[in-house]
Amino acid sequence: MSRSIAVAGVTLEVEEAGQGRDLLFLHPGEGSQPARGWIEALARDHHVIAPHHPGFGNSSLPDWFGTADDIAYLYLDLARQLDLQRAVLAGADFGGWIAAEMAVRNTSRFAGLVLSAPLGIKVGGVLDRDIADMHGIPRADFLRLAWADPAKGEVDYASLPDTELAAIARGRESLALFGWKPYMHNPRLKRWLHRIDIPTQLIWGDSDGIVSSGYSEAWRAEIPGAALTIIPQAGHYPHWENPEEFADAVTDFTSKLR
Amino acid sequence: MRTWYFSEMAYHPAWEKGLARGSLRVNFPSENIDPEVAGKLLNRYLDEFALCDEAGIDIMVNEHHSTATCMTVSVPMALAVIARETKKSRLLSLGNPIANRPDPVRVAEEMAWLDCLSGGRLEMGLVKGAPYEIAPANSNPARLMRRYWEAHDLILKALSTTTGPFNWEGEYYHYRNVNIWPRPIQQPTPPVWMTGMSVDTGTMAAERGHVVGTLLSGGTAKPMYDAYRKRARELGWEAGPDRFAYAAIIGVGHTTDEGLRRADIIADYVRTAPVVAEPFTNPPGYNSIAANTMILKGGPRANRFVTDRNGEPINHRTASVQQFMDTETVFAGTPDEVFEQIKTFNARMGGVGHLLFFGQGGLLTHQDAMENIRLFGKDVAPRLLELNVPARAAAE
Repeated sequence: MSRSIAVAGVTLEVEEAGQGRDLLFLHPGEGSQPARGWIEALARDHHVIAPHHPGFGNSSLPDWFGTADDIAYLYLDLARQLDLQRAVLAGADFGGWIAAEMAVRNTSRFAGLVLSAPLGIKVGGVLDRDIADMHGIPRADFLRLAWADPAKGEVDYASLPDTELAAIARGRESLALFGWKPYMHNPRLKRWLHRIDIPTQLIWGDSDGIVSSGYSEAWRAEIPGAALTIIPQAGHYPHWENPEEFADAVTDFTSKLR
Repeated sequence: MRTWYFSEMAYHPAWEKGLARGSLRVNFPSENIDPEVAGKLLNRYLDEFALCDEAGIDIMVNEHHSTATCMTVSVPMALAVIARETKKSRLLSLGNPIANRPDPVRVAEEMAWLDCLSGGRLEMGLVKGAPYEIAPANSNPARLMRRYWEAHDLILKALSTTTGPFNWEGEYYHYRNVNIWPRPIQQPTPPVWMTGMSVDTGTMAAERGHVVGTLLSGGTAKPMYDAYRKRARELGWEAGPDRFAYAAIIGVGHTTDEGLRRADIIADYVRTAPVVAEPFTNPPGYNSIAANTMILKGGPRANRFVTDRNGEPINHRTASVQQFMDTETVFAGTPDEVFEQIKTFNARMGGVGHLLFFGQGGLLTHQDAMENIRLFGKDVAPRLLELNVPARAAAE
């Protein structure tokens, strides 16, 4: 089920399901893709609130809006507007970057943070590519890097209605707007991760080819007390590729939160 | 109709390797270029440009990056050389890809400098640039045209302001003391050109009165020109042929066969230049949502580099010179034949004031290139100057 929520001049399309502790989930750069079963899996133990980012799905993208900071402030406003209390803040890939940007600013409405293969920080030197150039490789190569089983990642575009294709095209353009340069990261973010003052669970697929091998360790080192769980048979999108194990890992974490 | 000769100054010796790798651009490593050979070729190409002055035709220079198809990395640099070697030809920069340039004020400075150096012979193209130029510049393809228009406005203001400095605090560009020295001879600015292939571009160019050019595809040119004329009329003025430009490959010879042979060799550029690794052909945001919806539906379109009169793509890799002639990508034959072809094209388009004469693709020998320019300058260009607006268009 999705509904429309107006926040700070942006109209958000928000997927919503389940009952329990509120869980604000921020989707990857590849879009929300609610049909992949991850919402149902998370909704067994949580009230999932999953907005489509501005410029994705049916969410609006005002002219003045254009940075990862903008999205972070927008969702902090959303959390206040929905009066979230002791909620879980979760994000995957690009959404993980946004969740981290929120968490270094204000964690007052959240009891815990889940970051699934987040982008957003720079780890290596100038010649190192921490994050694969997803826009410089053929789609087939991207799927091989991003999925343990690339066949699962394929989308039969020809079978989709024009409205959905337009939403995909719009989402890709929006991702470029937010993350083209510097590529999918904020050079300053890593230095502020120490400000994250709520329990943090990192989740990574065991076959993630999108980020470098040291990337998850860098996140763990920078966020005080962060734990790392590896999901088997999953690439860069464990919540899509292995939603059951992903949801179990999230519940393991959230069930221990105050 | 004025004629503007241009050449991309290609590094053709690497083409075969590039074709074998499936990409001549962006990710084709520079170990495939011999800089000594490059230097010789650049000098040869510049000699071909210089000949235009005595042949009585104007000159156009463009630029591309990270490619074996074009060694001109900086239009102002090439035009600076050419300005010193010519006296009469007007010099068209077509142009500066301003949405990929971090510093528009620098662009304005270079254009003003060139206008001074050349005695006011500069024409100034401000272009969006091809999709595969995004990666070498690493410019953001999202909101590209918004950035383009801010750069455009800033460049024109920098060129035309004589009582600076002025302040510019925009969305993308920030300066507190814009005050360029020298300023251009041509006031308020040298003539401004744009390029494009769409009705939208035609409309936007008309709103500013700029010259708009397109290349190699009669099928996409006409709707753009028509949109321009329509918008100009809505705004209360009549757009003459001098607002429109068209680029075509041209081969002239003393015999039909000689003209066709030259055109066929130049056309190897078109058979080669669009070959680029797929991810760089359509960065997200470069094309409209509607266009990308169609691409997702049908897979990457058969390359649209060249289209026929109905706007349908033709296979640019394998097309014969005759097929290219059918699509108005190529005009070729004796001077009389070429003149007639262009005259017919001009009538069909409703009057095009500028012909961009693509006369060197890379593989044409220096001798052939020079003869092509001389013959065109002597026996075709003067007659094109006499071409008026066709009656049919005027009556529309």
